[in-house]
Amino acid sequence: MPSVEILSRIQFAFTIAFHYIYPPLSIGLGVCLVIMEGMYLRTGIKLYEDITRFWIKIFALIFGIGVATGIVMEFEFGTNWATYSRYVGDIFGSALAAEGIFAFALESGFLGILLFGWNRVSKGVHFFSTIMVALGSIFSALWIVIANSWQQTPTGYMIEGEGLQARAVITDFWEMVFNPSSVDRFSHVILGSFLAGAFLVMSVGAWYIVRNRFVEPAKAMFKVGLSVAAIAALAQLFTGHRSAEYVSHYQPAKLAAMEGHWDSSAVAPMYLFGWVDNKSGKTTGLAVPGGLSFLTHGSFQASVTGLNAFPVTERPTAVNFVFQTYHIMVAIGMMLIALTLAALYFLWRKQLFNKKWLMTLFVWAVLLPQVANQAGWYAAEVGRQPWVVYGLLRTSDALSKDVKANQVMFSLILFTLVYALLFVLFIYLLNKKIQHGPAMTHNEEDESDAFSKRNIKQLQNPEH
Amino acid sequence: METIFGLDLPTLWFLVIGGLITGYGVLDGFDLGAGALHLFFNKEESRRLALNAIGPVWDGNEVWLVIAGGALFAGFPLVYGTILSIFYVPFMLFLVALIFRGISIEFRGKEPMAWWRKMWDVAYMVSSTGITLLLGLILGNLIHGLPMNEKHEFTGGLLTFFHPYALLIAVTTLSLFMLHGAIYLVMKTENRLYAKLTVLVNNCSKFFILCFILSSMVTLIYIPHMTDEFKEHPWLFVLPMLAVLTVLNIKRNIDARKYFTAFVFSSCITAILLILFAIGLYPNIVISTTNPAFSISIYEAASSPKSLKIMLLIAAIGTPLVISYTIFVFWTFRGKVKLNEMSY
Repeated sequence: MPSVEILSRIQFAFTIAFHYIYPPLSIGLGVCLVIMEGMYLRTGIKLYEDITRFWIKIFALIFGIGVATGIVMEFEFGTNWATYSRYVGDIFGSALAAEGIFAFALESGFLGILLFGWNRVSKGVHFFSTIMVALGSIFSALWIVIANSWQQTPTGYMIEGEGLQARAVITDFWEMVFNPSSVDRFSHVILGSFLAGAFLVMSVGAWYIVRNRFVEPAKAMFKVGLSVAAIAALAQLFTGHRSAEYVSHYQPAKLAAMEGHWDSSAVAPMYLFGWVDNKSGKTTGLAVPGGLSFLTHGSFQASVTGLNAFPVTERPTAVNFVFQTYHIMVAIGMMLIALTLAALYFLWRKQLFNKKWLMTLFVWAVLLPQVANQAGWYAAEVGRQPWVVYGLLRTSDALSKDVKANQVMFSLILFTLVYALLFVLFIYLLNKKIQHGPAMTHNEEDESDAFSKRNIKQLQNPEH
Repeated sequence: METIFGLDLPTLWFLVIGGLITGYGVLDGFDLGAGALHLFFNKEESRRLALNAIGPVWDGNEVWLVIAGGALFAGFPLVYGTILSIFYVPFMLFLVALIFRGISIEFRGKEPMAWWRKMWDVAYMVSSTGITLLLGLILGNLIHGLPMNEKHEFTGGLLTFFHPYALLIAVTTLSLFMLHGAIYLVMKTENRLYAKLTVLVNNCSKFFILCFILSSMVTLIYIPHMTDEFKEHPWLFVLPMLAVLTVLNIKRNIDARKYFTAFVFSSCITAILLILFAIGLYPNIVISTTNPAFSISIYEAASSPKSLKIMLLIAAIGTPLVISYTIFVFWTFRGKVKLNEMSY
C-alpha cells in the first residue's frame, strides 16, 4: 500500500481540486446577481427579476455543494495533517476563525432570505441580502487566501520550540495578514473567480441564443456576464504580473520550475510552450529569448536563479507539471482576453447575438476559466513543494501520527465515490435548471390563492 | 499569567469554544432531530412541510460547526489535530454524512418521481441520524477518556470507540435531538401534521427522559473523573438540579402544549449538559485513561497569548453580528411553514 504521506497528499489534492470548482463560481455569480438585481431595482423591468430568480436557484445549487465540500477541507487539516495543524494553528487558525465568523456566517445566513424570502421581505431588503451573500463569499476567499499566502511567504511570526515540537507563533497580526504575497494572490484569485462565474452566465445565455430560446433574458444575462468578464480578464494581466513578481522575489525555486529554467548563470528565456526533461535538466520549446530575465530584472541580458542552484531536497521535483500547469493558465488567460474583446467589438457593432460561431464558442468557453483556476493552483501548490509552509515545515513532516495508511485509503475511496456521485448529480440538476430556463414572474396574488387551495386540500386528505 | 475578568486566556477560550459548540448543538440539533424523525411522516405533503420547516435555516445552523471547528483549530491546535486524527474514521463518516444530508435536502424536490423522493427521504433520515450518533459517540468517548501515551499518541484501535458507555451517550444525544427537532416541527406546523406531531413529541420526550436518567446514573457510577469537581465544590450541584428541573419543565410545557417554552427548555438542557461535560473536563480537554498525567490540558494545548487575544477580539466583533443576523433570519421566517414554488 502507498505511504500515508502519498495517500494524504492525493486525498487533499483531490478534495481541494473538487471543492475549487464551486466557490469561484459562487463568487462570480454573486457579483452577476448583484448587477442583475440592481438593474431590476433601478429600471423596474421584469426581465431582470426573471433572470435574477433564475440565477439565484443555480447559485444555491453551487453554493450548497461548495459548503458541503468546504467543511471537508477544514476538518482534513486536523484529520490528516495534525502536525501541520499544531505547527500553524496559532497563525492559520485566526485567519480560519475570521473566515468562519465574518464571511461564511454572513453568506449562509442571508442565503435563506435570497432563496425563500422573495415574498417575506421588501425588494430593498432582498437586494441587501444579495449584496451580503456576494460580499460574504468574497470575504471568505479573502481569509482563505491570506492563510494560504502566509504558507507561501510567512511573515509576522516567530518559531517557538525545537524540532518536531516547534510551532510558529504570531508576533504581528497585520504583518501576517498583509504578508508579501497576500494582496497580489487575493486579487488574482478573486478575478479568476469573477471569470468563472461570468463565463458560466455567458455560456448559458449563449446556449439559449444559439437554440433560439428565452432570447431576451439570454441577451440580458450575457451582457451582465460580459461586463464582469471583460473587466476581470484585462485586470488579470496586471495581477498575474504582480503575482509573478512576488514569486521571483520570494520563491525563486518555484519561478524557475514554472519556466523550466535550470542554469543560474544563463539569460532566462520565456517559453510560450515547451517540455521539461527532469532527468537531464533540460527544457525545450518555443521561447522569447531573455523574456524571463526582462520580466524579473527589466533587462534581456540579466541572469536568473535556476533550479540547479537549489539542492534537490529544497526544490519541487515535479518540474514539468509545474511548467505545464503554469503555461496552461497563462495561455487561457490570453484566450479569455481575446474572447471578451471580440464579444465587446461585435456588441459595439450591434452584431454580437447574430454571430452564431462566437456564441457557440462562448457555450464551451465556460470550461476555460475552470481549467485555468485549477491549473494556477496546481502550479502554486506543487511549485511550493517540498514545503507545506515555505522554508519552515516540510510536507512530509506535517502528517498525523495517529493515522494509518489503510484508514486514508478507506477515506480516499469513500471521497472518490461520493464526489463522483455528487458531480453527476450536479451536472444533471444544472442541466435540468438550464433546460427549464428563467420562468416568467409569478403574480403574487395567484400564489397566495394557490396556498389556500392547497391548505384546503390538505385538510380534506388527512395524514392517515 | 494574563487574565481578563479574572480568567486566564486558555480558560476564556475553553469557554468560547464551549459556547460555540453549545450554539451548534442548540441550532443544528433541532434540524438534525427533524431529519431523524423524517420517516415518521407518511404523506408527501407532510414530508415537504417538515423539510421546508428547516429549509431556510439549516445551512446557517451548520455554520456554527464550521466556526466551532475553526475556533478549536485556532485556540487549541494540538487538541484539534489530536482529536480529529484519533477519530479519523468516525470523522470521515461524519463528513460524508454531512455531504449526503446536504444533497438530499437540496435534490429531493428536484424530480417528481416517487422512488426519487423516497430515496432522498431515506438518505436524509439516515444521514441525520448517523451524524447525531457519530457526534454522540465522539462525545461519549471524550467524557470517558481515551487510551493515550505520554506523547498524546492514541494506543487504541477503531473498536476502542464502541464501548457501552459511548454507545449510551450516542443514543442519548439522538434522543435529545429528536425531542428538540420534534418540538421545533410542532411549532412550525398546523392542522393534521401538527396533530400527528403532538403525539410524536410526547413519545420523544419519554424516550429522552429514559435516556437522560440512564446516562446520568451510569456517568455518576462509572465515570468518577466527571464528578470529582462536583465533590470538591458542592455548590456546583446546582447544575444537575437545574438539569432535572429543566427536563421536568420540557415535559410540563409539552403537556400544556406550550411548545415555544418547551423549545426554550430543550435548548437549555442541551446547554446545561454540555456545561456539565465542560466542568468535568476542565482544565483538561482530552483525558487519557492510560494515566491521568498523559491527558492534554488547555494550558499545554493553547495557542500563544497574543494569538488568543487577537482571536478574542475577532470573536467579540463577530459574535454579535452572527447572532443578530441569525435572529433576523429566524424572525423573517417566523410562523407556520407554507409551501410555494421556491420550496424544497
